[in-house]
Amino acid sequence: MPHTKELEDFVTQVRRDILRQVHKVNSGHPGGSLGCAEFFTALYQEVMDYKSDFDMNGIGEDLFFLSNGHISPVFYSVLARSGFFPVEELNTFRLINSRLQGHPTTHEGLPGIRIASGSLGQGLSVAIGAAEAKKLNKDSHIVYTLHGDGELQEGQNWEAIMYAAGNKIDNLISTVDVNGQQIDGATDQVLPMGNLKAKFEAFGWDVLEVKEGNDISKVIEGLNEAKSRTGKGKPVCILMTTVMGHGVDFMMHTHKWHGVAPNDEQLENALAQNPETLGDY
Amino acid sequence: MKKYTNTGNKDTRSGFGAGLTELGKSNENVVALCADLTGSLKMDEFKKNHPERFFQIGIAEANMIGIAAGMTIGGKIPFTGTFANFSTGRVYDQIRQSVAYSDKNVKICASHAGVTLGEDGATHQILEDIGLMKMLPGMTVINTCDYNQTKAATLAIAEFEGPVYLRFGRPKVANFTPENGKFEIGKAVNLTEGTDVTIIATGHLVWEALQAAEQLNEKGISAEVINIHTIKPLDEEAILASVKKTGCVVTAEEHNFLGGLGESVSRTLVENFPAPQEFVATKDTFGESGTPEQLMEKYGLNAEAIVKASEKVIKRK
Repeated sequence: MPHTKELEDFVTQVRRDILRQVHKVNSGHPGGSLGCAEFFTALYQEVMDYKSDFDMNGIGEDLFFLSNGHISPVFYSVLARSGFFPVEELNTFRLINSRLQGHPTTHEGLPGIRIASGSLGQGLSVAIGAAEAKKLNKDSHIVYTLHGDGELQEGQNWEAIMYAAGNKIDNLISTVDVNGQQIDGATDQVLPMGNLKAKFEAFGWDVLEVKEGNDISKVIEGLNEAKSRTGKGKPVCILMTTVMGHGVDFMMHTHKWHGVAPNDEQLENALAQNPETLGDY
Repeated sequence: MKKYTNTGNKDTRSGFGAGLTELGKSNENVVALCADLTGSLKMDEFKKNHPERFFQIGIAEANMIGIAAGMTIGGKIPFTGTFANFSTGRVYDQIRQSVAYSDKNVKICASHAGVTLGEDGATHQILEDIGLMKMLPGMTVINTCDYNQTKAATLAIAEFEGPVYLRFGRPKVANFTPENGKFEIGKAVNLTEGTDVTIIATGHLVWEALQAAEQLNEKGISAEVINIHTIKPLDEEAILASVKKTGCVVTAEEHNFLGGLGESVSRTLVENFPAPQEFVATKDTFGESGTPEQLMEKYGLNAEAIVKASEKVIKRK
């Protein structure tokens, strides 16, 4: 990985952006966002092939769909810092008349967003539709998705998981953010989901695991491995273990920061752990 | 009074199937999705002609709506097909977030709406779907009255950019609108001219309204029948022009009077030209098993009910 240092700097700046966005409006979801900073950075800075001019139809480029829309702060930060819209716009997160709605939406025309998400469990179906359209268009690019592990409790996912395997949607790489937490507590306590790998495999998916989802090199390695497994008749699933709240010691390993913003003092502490790299907005 | 001839009973769902078959040939971006009801939705011909553009989703309507939304990303024009109940109530949040709020060009095509589904009973007879769909911002809501109009509407919505709910039914009913007629979304069709009462009908109730107008005519009452195939956006201009002339209105629909066409007409009237109105609709009830004719009679959804409502509303002027 020649750019590891640059990518790690990018990740650190994304963490600062996440914290500053949610702190400013005293709302939003820092926990899952922080845990997925490496994933989004890997996707948009290294793995995905996309065009700089955003076009809704996305023909001839890779697409990404965020199903667990509440981690919008990480999505917005990475999109802005990847050139989709001005970084200063992160200042408008969750404010009135903003394109950066609490949960991502196409309604305000924010470049980079192709579907609204927030009500959970819908993103995989949408991604399958986009993947089917790519096949019809003879477009060999890949469709990527991200889902929360708790989100898999929504039944629609399993309709989609069944369809994707049954219909050989092999231009699809779905990553599950296995952080083991959801709003009410640990997923194992709220609704145990058992062996996710066995479940996906039983449904006919090709499953790989990234045990260190907060190591950018490992995430890139996993995504590239997944990419090499596309086009072989099976949809590909990455079970990516992350730590909710990663990068901020007092936010890690707990569901308590799922949807709570830091206060002034906590922000200062959190930002000190993630020193400015690319310049704050 | 202008009379209309039934050229032979046909089901509206077959009009949808014929329209879809034509679209298959004329528009290569049209794709069709079905949740295990291909025969009931009359999608077999499209499936046979264009297997690569037909998507059998299985009994998984939520997934179907999501896949349809995703297919628009890539320029496809997806037509989803299942019963009205499974097209709306079962998948309301999927339509709300992935289709309506996301401004996706999905055509939700729904058969077996209302009590005329018949013997299957109330689990399948949705009478709330127009309300559910018209409340969604940006959703166009269409309820066609016969085979020819359903076919024309199917062709028209493919040319229209934006989410559409197209509602039709199961039974064979009178086919009386012109073959290959032009379908203008949002434009009311004045069927008869009258001066005493305006009858605003949609779907299967349009033919009943015409029968009612003939019976009223024999009694010396002049009824103006308007076919509102598009419930949203509503042709308020046509409604107001007619009610200003007649001074009263009967609305007729195979739907709950809460949330249906009637309430949309009421809102238009109270905002612009308050006038007495009677509702021919189901009155906050579920349906039940029976033949379509028996159910239309029991739930007050036929020509006879429209005649009674007309006589009543005229007295309230």
